[in-house]
Amino acid sequence: MKATYRLVLALVFAAVSIVLLVPTLVQPAPEWWPWKQAIRLGLDLKGGTHLLYGVDVDAAVDATLDRLVTDVERVLREAQVGAATVERQGKTLTAKLANQDKRTQVADVMRQQLGAILVEQPAPDTGGLLVYGLTPPEVQRIRDNAREQALQIIRNRIDEFGVAEPVVQAQGSSEIVVQLPGIQDPQRAKSLIGRTALLEFKMVAQGPDAGTTDKPGPGIQVLYGRGPSGAREPYLIQRRTLMTGDVVTDARLSQGSITEGTAVDFTLDARGTKQFGDATRANVGRNLAIVLDGIVASAPTIREPITGGRGQITGRFTFEEAQDLANVLRNGALPAPLKLMEERTVGPSLGQDSIRRGLISIGIATIVTIVFMAIYYRGGGLIADVALVFNVLFLIGTFAAFGFTLSLPGLAGIALTIGMAVDANVLVLERIREELTAGKSARAAIDAGYERAWAAILDSNVTAFISGVILFQFGSGPIRGFAVTLCLGILTSLLTAVWGTRMIYDLMTTGRRVTTVSV
Amino acid sequence: MKEGRSGMARRASEQAEAAKAPPRFFQLIPPTVNINFIRIRLRMLIISWILILIGLASIWMKGGLNYGIDFSGGTLVHLRFAQAAPVSGVRDAVESKGLEGVVVQAVGPEEREYQIRATTGGEGESDQTAALIQAGVREKFAENTFEILRIEAVGPKVGRDLWRSAALAVLAATVMMGIYIAIRFDFRFGVGAAVAVLHDVLITLGAISITNLEFDLTTVAALLTVVGYSVNDTVVISDRIRENLRKMRRESLATVMNLSINETLSRTVITGGTAIIATAVLFWLGGPVIHSFAFTMMFGFIVGTYSSIFIASPIVLYLERDTRRKT
Repeated sequence: MKATYRLVLALVFAAVSIVLLVPTLVQPAPEWWPWKQAIRLGLDLKGGTHLLYGVDVDAAVDATLDRLVTDVERVLREAQVGAATVERQGKTLTAKLANQDKRTQVADVMRQQLGAILVEQPAPDTGGLLVYGLTPPEVQRIRDNAREQALQIIRNRIDEFGVAEPVVQAQGSSEIVVQLPGIQDPQRAKSLIGRTALLEFKMVAQGPDAGTTDKPGPGIQVLYGRGPSGAREPYLIQRRTLMTGDVVTDARLSQGSITEGTAVDFTLDARGTKQFGDATRANVGRNLAIVLDGIVASAPTIREPITGGRGQITGRFTFEEAQDLANVLRNGALPAPLKLMEERTVGPSLGQDSIRRGLISIGIATIVTIVFMAIYYRGGGLIADVALVFNVLFLIGTFAAFGFTLSLPGLAGIALTIGMAVDANVLVLERIREELTAGKSARAAIDAGYERAWAAILDSNVTAFISGVILFQFGSGPIRGFAVTLCLGILTSLLTAVWGTRMIYDLMTTGRRVTTVSV
Repeated sequence: MKEGRSGMARRASEQAEAAKAPPRFFQLIPPTVNINFIRIRLRMLIISWILILIGLASIWMKGGLNYGIDFSGGTLVHLRFAQAAPVSGVRDAVESKGLEGVVVQAVGPEEREYQIRATTGGEGESDQTAALIQAGVREKFAENTFEILRIEAVGPKVGRDLWRSAALAVLAATVMMGIYIAIRFDFRFGVGAAVAVLHDVLITLGAISITNLEFDLTTVAALLTVVGYSVNDTVVISDRIRENLRKMRRESLATVMNLSINETLSRTVITGGTAIIATAVLFWLGGPVIHSFAFTMMFGFIVGTYSSIFIASPIVLYLERDTRRKT
């Protein structure tokens, strides 16, 4: 390609880069400007919270096995193979048959009905038990599902929470990353995301069978809630769950006036309406406990059967608590508990500070390098400097164009790229000097300089690129920003420092007799 | 040589004068330089060993590096007071909350900015470590407001995972570089480069230990960059050795190496210089968040430049001793 064409191409690239960078540099950018997106900044620069959660996918597997107990019981009942007790033991379901003669028949029925998800496992010799475990693909499906559902539910909760540009992403096989820009107090966000939000309706135990809080009666458990004074108060609650929150279709802040905090109104679906109606009809006058994640939110007295499929939770909530409760009830319970594994919060002033420091560092690194190159290599140094300016322009332009995230280590990477990008020029210029010393003409020395330096430039850049790629693989968040900067810097510096400077020499030497070269 | 030059000068008649004179450049390293790097290789190797051992001894005596919470797990609260607050007061404030392994570290000389660490926290919803630290400080300094700059909490599981992947990354980078060079050059050069990289990593780790800088994820990123840089530098010299081996078939490998190192010395110093200046600027102005990151790169680049001259090539030479030169 002729040098003039390459010049046109380089100038077009530069113009495009400037167009891309204006929204970042001039804020707000003019209305008519063709590019709107400013460079995306990492949380370490704009401030915000990064949370890493682990989804307890094994708990979802256990929950599935618990649900399967009733399925297995139903199958055996319908097959009329005699009495059987089914229970979950660890990761298996065991069926104990009253009539051992039916054993093969039961195995057949099970294979037909539930063979897709349950597989028979070797049973201990004693006791005549049939042992079933989930098939590996089924286990995998449950785990994936749990993670996927958890991801979706968290995404919905965050969306309703109202943060600008949140990130909710899967990571690895059972982890979820949540990034909330601009959040300074992550406490509320953490409790919103992390709560399982399992809503259960249970009866408060009454009468002599209930026992005491120290020694609850059979089928009774002690759960705690906030009493009228706000202090922790024990409740005796029946273990049996009447209904769970999966029948809730909607939940809103209560419109009515409540003296003690804000309440949440909920609406039930058809099945829930019937269950709720039946349960309240049978228990008028008694207390119904509304249990959220194992804590008694409230335990109102049932005054009359509730058949309209609507209810209210009062629990001396603050406005924000009620808002978050409505949010989690609307979006459903998590299929498995979440565990917070890592938290990183950066305040806005540290972010601002980092940006300022990063830019100053880049500025000084640029000036020092440019001045040094110009003094040391004179003409050749100036040409390298022009290439360096274009390099920085292209590098930052690429960030804007592809929406890469710029982090503090990324800014450091730009400063470092400036220091290293001149390497290709140094290699070429040193080579040209050697060739000139060896007696070559200016033109020949330039050609030979580029040609001979090329192998070293290529090898050194490939090795640096490899370390960048490994860094990207290994790192997360800000470090990835650094790796991206390094790799992009290598590419743009090859472009500008090798082909770009060559083009300038070609333009200078085409059509005229050049006898000297300033290096 | 002489013939060629005068021929060229005749063609470029208008500049004949300039062409006749030998070219002069502004140079830090004169082209006539001829230091016998290879002869002093044993001395340099001993110096390197001493540096490595000092570093390892420091790590051993301090019972490991000063791990940041990325690796050790725990909680870090980085805050800035509106007015100066004494270190001892901040320490009392946090210790009053009965947290484990509390370390209070002042940032800068003003007694306004502090990094407070505890070894607990980072895992689970009910974790209150960061909240307790803030509460303690708020109670103690009732009339001095503060601003949270940064909170980090890393659970022990994440810490272990990060540690493993970090070690793996540095190792993978070293091996990949070695393989690339072994393919592009030959096996011995690959080994030489890999040994030089290991040398740089060890000495840099020692320096991190001696300066008591925090060793966290960004430090590992810096180490990986050092690995890339060190190999980069070694490659340029190896490339020249390869080129010169083709040209000078009679000379011994040691002579060719020495010549090659001297020929590329100017480039080594200048590129090393600009890269080190860039990292020095970061170290100086980059702020507390990337302090150990910038230091690691700056120091690593210095060692990396040194090792490509004094370590990588001599290793190749030692490997050469048994197997006779092929080219």
